Amino acid sequence: MSQDSKKETGEKDAGCVDCGRRQAFVKMGVGSIAVACTGAAVFGYEFLGPNVLYEPSPIVNAGKPDGFPPGSVTQDQASLVYIVHGAEGIYAMSATCTHLGCITAWKPELGIVACPCHGSKFTRDGTKIEGPAPRPLPWLRAWISDEGDLLIDRSDFLAQKQYVRT
Amino acid sequence: MANSLAEQVANLRETRVWRSIFRSGSGATNLHRSLSIQQNVFLHLASVKIRKRSLAFRFTWLLGTLSFGTFLILTLTGVPLMLYYHPSVPQAYADMKDLQFVVSAGVFLRNLHRWSAHAMVLLVFAHLFKVFYRGAYRTPREFNWVVGVVLLLLTLFLSYTGYLLPWDQLAFWAITVGSNLISAVPVMGAQIRFLVLGGHTVNANALLRFYVLHCVILPLLAAIFVAVHFWRIRKDGGIYTGESVRHE
Repeated sequence: MSQDSKKETGEKDAGCVDCGRRQAFVKMGVGSIAVACTGAAVFGYEFLGPNVLYEPSPIVNAGKPDGFPPGSVTQDQASLVYIVHGAEGIYAMSATCTHLGCITAWKPELGIVACPCHGSKFTRDGTKIEGPAPRPLPWLRAWISDEGDLLIDRSDFLAQKQYVRT
Repeated sequence: MANSLAEQVANLRETRVWRSIFRSGSGATNLHRSLSIQQNVFLHLASVKIRKRSLAFRFTWLLGTLSFGTFLILTLTGVPLMLYYHPSVPQAYADMKDLQFVVSAGVFLRNLHRWSAHAMVLLVFAHLFKVFYRGAYRTPREFNWVVGVVLLLLTLFLSYTGYLLPWDQLAFWAITVGSNLISAVPVMGAQIRFLVLGGHTVNANALLRFYVLHCVILPLLAAIFVAVHFWRIRKDGGIYTGESVRHE
């Protein structure tokens, strides 16, 4: 083994005619394979992410705000949001638990929101009481449309608490 | 005409057709026995000769063999189940119910597949514990241990992807919770989850992706790694029987 490598370096030292050209070809070969692999990786990444999704719209119509009397907590099972009419006004809150995405439920007899999967509990404004949930339930952007309906954007989490202007 | 069965088999093995398929020839010599292993594409992964001692039950409890056995059962029962199952949202649950109540022997195949899947996870864990506590993972078998860990992960992914396919409430919420675990990966968690599910929620795309992973990609990977795993047993000196490690 060591003899072979000596021989090889010996040949190089002697200055073989084709060595430079061969190495250039090797570099071109490795380079084009690298380019092809990068292209395949980008292609694969782009292919795997769908560009058109046939998912329900994140914006839902909750109907007239009159349907939510003061002091009420309404859970919409279809859109998975709470519409709460608190002391300062109406707000919309996600019903999806911030722990692992289970759907929480409003417990009227206890006055709290509870998750059936891992036992997280929240107040009616989303603050965590106990359990593994890392964050409070997010408030969602909600507004009154020109037709007077309450619209909620489930993909738009509010950074600060904000009540619907009625 | 009055040849015994043994003689007929012996004659069969001398025919030209037989000899064209199995070249090792018949005979009870060590050479013939070795050749019959070495010249068979499936068996050549294993050693032509092993010490009788290494076959003792106490070294392995046959856990690796049993894990592979469940993998074979799962392959053999999974393929016929595919003939009645459509991985689409309107049909998946109904197809699963049809397999239980309408298809002849459907409930047998489905339950065999299901129980074998549970058994495989259990056996693979038991196999890894056995190897670990015997110290059989040490040099020169450390690479085969890594292959084994990859096979453990493939087993768990197969189990997880198969869990979604009945498309009932249990499956849906298990995959919702499980895919939300992926979101905990730093920086790219949400993007990985999006690519795995093919969307933001567990839906038609997720069902199809899990089906393809479960029936094609993961079994193929598992078969490749199993082949490497078996071949490495021979290359690493056979089943670990507790001799001291050779240093060279």
